[in-house]
Amino acid sequence: MFDYDKYLRLNKLPLIWCAGCGDGIVLKSMLRAIDRIGLSKDEICMVSGIGCSSRLTGYVDFNTLHTTHGRAIAFATGVKMVKPEMTVIVVTGDGDATAIGGNHYIHAARRNIDITVILFNNNIYGMTGGQLSPTTPFGFKASTAPFGSVENTFNISGLAEAAGASFVGRGTVYDAIKLDRMIEKAIRKKGFSVVEVMTPCPTAFGRRNRLGSGADMIKQLKEDSVSIEKASSMTAEELNGKVVTGIFVDKELPEYTANYQKLIEQLQGR
Amino acid sequence: MSKIMGLSGNEAVAHAMRQINPDVAAVYPITPQTELMHQFAEFHSDGLVDTELVLVESEHSAMSATVGAAAAGARAMTATSANGLALMWEIVYIASSLRLPIVMPVVNRALSGPINIHCDHSDTMGARDSGWIQIFSENGQEAYDNAVMAVKISENKTILLPTMVTLDGFILSHTLERVEILEDNEVKKFIGEYHPETSLLDVDKPSTYGALDLQDYYFEHKRQQFEAMGNVLPVIEQVSKEYGKLSGRDYGLIEKYRVDDAERVIILMGSSVGTAKDTVDDLRNAGEKVGLIKIRVYRPFPYNALREALKHVKALAVLDRAISFGTFGGPVFTDVRAMLFGNGVSLPMMNYIYGLGGRDIDKAQIRLAFDSLKDVVKTGKVKKEVNFLGLRD
Repeated sequence: MFDYDKYLRLNKLPLIWCAGCGDGIVLKSMLRAIDRIGLSKDEICMVSGIGCSSRLTGYVDFNTLHTTHGRAIAFATGVKMVKPEMTVIVVTGDGDATAIGGNHYIHAARRNIDITVILFNNNIYGMTGGQLSPTTPFGFKASTAPFGSVENTFNISGLAEAAGASFVGRGTVYDAIKLDRMIEKAIRKKGFSVVEVMTPCPTAFGRRNRLGSGADMIKQLKEDSVSIEKASSMTAEELNGKVVTGIFVDKELPEYTANYQKLIEQLQGR
Repeated sequence: MSKIMGLSGNEAVAHAMRQINPDVAAVYPITPQTELMHQFAEFHSDGLVDTELVLVESEHSAMSATVGAAAAGARAMTATSANGLALMWEIVYIASSLRLPIVMPVVNRALSGPINIHCDHSDTMGARDSGWIQIFSENGQEAYDNAVMAVKISENKTILLPTMVTLDGFILSHTLERVEILEDNEVKKFIGEYHPETSLLDVDKPSTYGALDLQDYYFEHKRQQFEAMGNVLPVIEQVSKEYGKLSGRDYGLIEKYRVDDAERVIILMGSSVGTAKDTVDDLRNAGEKVGLIKIRVYRPFPYNALREALKHVKALAVLDRAISFGTFGGPVFTDVRAMLFGNGVSLPMMNYIYGLGGRDIDKAQIRLAFDSLKDVVKTGKVKKEVNFLGLRD
């Protein structure tokens, strides 16, 4: 049995997440990935913003910083600049990272700073009660769109890829074992890494859209998932409503803190 | 004819917004305001308002969209709390500087950190110098009434300044109360149609908003804001009278509760006033000469009304639900002290900071404040000016 307890602040349990929420699966997957890399708890700084996923920093026994809505990546950038040797991980959600904090998300990717972002995409603002987020699919209901969204959505992984990240992958809470490997690769990667995890919110998204229980929604994720390989031979029509999973980007690119250090050494004539 | 409903504070204000029927409303969630705009979004979806609802991506955008709409000549609203208000900051100042009569309900919540979602007044206190009118509410009824009145106050041609209508987070926003709602057409008639003298969409009379304004005229424009703020208090009293005729509720600037023959008085704002009134009644039943003053309009500060009300008082305690670091006591205390100093009222004053981050305040705590004033009445002296209620040592 994997010993999760050694990474958790047990006195902070139980978790606040609702029954059927997928966030706990991501938490455990992340802990397994960290364990496989063999990082000590002191080597990790975990930063979060505001929202359901961001509550995670309260539960893990790393160096943790719980910040303001949308700004986790900006705070993490500061941490990484001062402590480039530290493994800096941001936990955030679709609303936090791509609406109110969208600017920081694309600029950290552009800079390619060595931070790993675990982005919980549940298609909604869960904590505040189901408002439309930038990933609420067209036509789906939200508390601020009771007759369905009339807005287009962001492709979160696509954004990071276009902005210049070193590593971009999308997984689901159904494929938790694959997710472990993806998170592990993302953390090991020197550069800006994003793992977008599709996770169900039965309370604020599922119920309003009649998607069933958390388990039903996870099963649906399984049905809807299509690997990148398979997707490459499918038409746009066939891909409509599907979740393409896998690693989109995995390349070696100059990293920001390393470049910064090089400049310092160059100017100091070392 | 008004209608009696069971509503939470958030729902009551959402009904006020439904009846105000703004041209534009910008929406972004933040606890504990969220439900207010949920309710309004439902009214919108049910076709009960003509509002253009914009689901923006942050509070910074919410206030920006509201300012843009108001500059284009629309009656525009948004609502927020705490960190949301903080994120709006630069545009909060721009709204008042451009003289846009925006009305914004603010559901009071502690301004982090550490993160806290419960009630205190630290969020709106930060905006007390921003050029917005600020009206505090004791209960859901007042929050509703204040929101309706605020439109008429802000849009008054001698004012043209934005207003924050505040209600205490959770304590009022999430608590069901008996609220009297006016008829829709009564509100419509009361606030009237909005016809701005200038607007960006008035092509026959082109105007510009927010243009670069350096050493040449910036100072004069600030002076104009200062003077507009000086016009506010009589207008609020006038609007309150008119509203009183319509609803039976004329609130004025402050509320005096059993103050006329009181020796010991406390001043406070927001939802704790209800608890304090109960405490005053208890002490009065025991023969003690105590009373309270509720400040409703905090910006502009009702100097004259307060000074007049305090003339005969022997000892005063100001209860602040916010803390001001590096000054002398809480913000309300500092204002009251400044108002009394040099105006011929020599009144020993104590300050009690209470209820930060949603810490509950009860009658025992308020009683303690009244009790501590006994000694002040006797000696005319205050031993310790700044104190805390309900705080661990």
